[in-house]
Amino acid sequence: MTSVSPPLLEVRDLVKHYAAGGLFAGGPPVRAVEGVSFTVGRGETVALVGESGCGKSSVGRTILRLQEPTSGRAVFDGTDVFALDRAALRRLRRRMQIIFQDPYSSLNPRMTVGAAVAEGIEIHGLAKGAEVARRVAALLAEVGLDPGYARRYPHEFSGGQRQRVGIARALAVEPSFIVCDEPVSALDVSVQAQVLNLLADLQRERGLSYLFIAHDLAVVRQIARRVEVMYLGRIVESGPTEALLASPRHPYTVALLSAVPEPDPTRRRSRIVLRGDLPSPSDPPSGCPFHTRCFHPGRNERCRTELPLLRPVGATLAACHYAESTPAAAPATAASA
Amino acid sequence: MTRVLHVRDLRVSFPAPDGHRFHPVDGVSFSLDRGETLALVGESGCGKSLTSLALLRLVPPPGRVDAGSTIRLGDTDVLSLEGEALRRIRGRRIGMIFQDPMTSLNPVFTVGDQIAEGVRAHLPVTKAQARERALALLQEVGIPDPAGRLDAYPHQLSGGMRQRVMIAIALAAEPEILVADEPTTALDVTVQAQILEVLDQLRRARGMAVLLITHDLGIVAGRADRVAVMYAGQIVEEAPTLELFAHPSHPYTQGLFASVPRISGPVERLTPIGGTVPSPTAFPSGCRFRPRCPQAFDKSELPPDLLAVGPDHRMRCWLAEGRGGRD
Repeated sequence: MTSVSPPLLEVRDLVKHYAAGGLFAGGPPVRAVEGVSFTVGRGETVALVGESGCGKSSVGRTILRLQEPTSGRAVFDGTDVFALDRAALRRLRRRMQIIFQDPYSSLNPRMTVGAAVAEGIEIHGLAKGAEVARRVAALLAEVGLDPGYARRYPHEFSGGQRQRVGIARALAVEPSFIVCDEPVSALDVSVQAQVLNLLADLQRERGLSYLFIAHDLAVVRQIARRVEVMYLGRIVESGPTEALLASPRHPYTVALLSAVPEPDPTRRRSRIVLRGDLPSPSDPPSGCPFHTRCFHPGRNERCRTELPLLRPVGATLAACHYAESTPAAAPATAASA
Repeated sequence: MTRVLHVRDLRVSFPAPDGHRFHPVDGVSFSLDRGETLALVGESGCGKSLTSLALLRLVPPPGRVDAGSTIRLGDTDVLSLEGEALRRIRGRRIGMIFQDPMTSLNPVFTVGDQIAEGVRAHLPVTKAQARERALALLQEVGIPDPAGRLDAYPHQLSGGMRQRVMIAIALAAEPEILVADEPTTALDVTVQAQILEVLDQLRRARGMAVLLITHDLGIVAGRADRVAVMYAGQIVEEAPTLELFAHPSHPYTQGLFASVPRISGPVERLTPIGGTVPSPTAFPSGCRFRPRCPQAFDKSELPPDLLAVGPDHRMRCWLAEGRGGRD
């Protein structure tokens, strides 16, 4: 892409380690994020994809400073997010919002939905008096809820409706960027489609940028123009969604893609069943983080010792020493133990 | 084909605050043949999990299976069993695995003890033999270093490994039927692929029948021989898997397909089903999908039966009347 304006968000070498606590205090830290860099353009959706424990949610939370980074930089529209003091951070949060997988746990059960949506408007002094109620009603209507619901409590809503409330709450402060952390994972498919369409509509109407954190590649394909695939705290492949799904170059992306259960019994794709489990992020493998489970026929000693860096291969960036010869799919009978 | 399970007009009811009883499972009929996988598909609240609990007489009180329901396991009338006879069905003839293996495993016993306990509860073997059997089962479900894992506690295993242990326990007494209720929903997609593969291998090797309960049409496509789609306590469409995916006919099934994002083909705007799933305390009258159905018409105000739409293919929708002869 040849966009002239700088990206809305630029993340550089982000690292987030969690100190081992409790019973294991003094043990090795959990290396949740190990040097992640990417950008999000204006009005664009970038997806962070990976399985549990890959660090994708930590990236989202650290960018908003809901958790403090260990090191690295995040520049949002010219502002160095990690250098801000509390007051400046609060002002910035008007422009950067987050929605969660489970909106129920992020809504106060004793606060009406109207009050929850109004909270941000009042904290940031965006409106006063009757204007607040008018805005809340307009926001509820915008996310497809009856404005009369403002007086109801979260428990009176279904999962899909609660996610709409979560979205209305994020929109209330008129952000330009929203981290969507698995926003449809807990929803039934019919409702998931409603929420995905709503997010797409809001993006078009408001020019929003999304960082869309997800584990489901089919969902990602529906909403994101670019994808960053994470494994054990690192981005292992990055590129335009269609190119990355059409010819993945990192073996992990190949495996992830082949594991997506496709609702079409006539398509017999060779399925790669990865060996073993995800290694512990507090004791990651040396060299390539994926080498313990890799099925690339060309894998060798170099993979065990030397960390591969992201580099252009075909239409994507891939962090694999042998990305040029990554098989499109492994033998269908790869060992399942 | 040997029929191993026959369910007819299953109704499960719970008391409502007003003294009436409501029916989250309301007239469900299906059968299972040896070696076959039947998928029960539906969204939350459709009654698919309660249906599976009813098979083992595990409906939590004050819920109950209503009179007039039939569950036959081979020649056994499951609903007439009591006490010891009922216990011999659970685990011995019907094994069950659930979505979350951590809550079904006992954290203070080793994996080996828990599998051996399952073996000894149903088979006349010594402790040593049971432990041997536990080891063989761990091997069969694809756990690496099975001898070492025999003495591990559940918290020392990953989610995928725990689910394998649950499968080993469910298989300990060599049941004829395995009920798998969302067995991979809590697992990552690459781990899900591993578990589904293990289940499939075991089904083939043992000729076991599998009742797979899931919300995920993708899992159904790869693993089931037949599909029954549930909505609001009833089966609304049933067909062999290839037939159902080639000709989804009930407007609800069609709606589900239109809602699912695809990993291949053109990216189009999704077409969600409008509205929300009805509560079991207030299922709509007539066709239960009517309030959300884009094709509802006058006759939808009457409750439809399962009507033929093709070979081995039936749906609970009046639209079938015009299509019964499709081949």
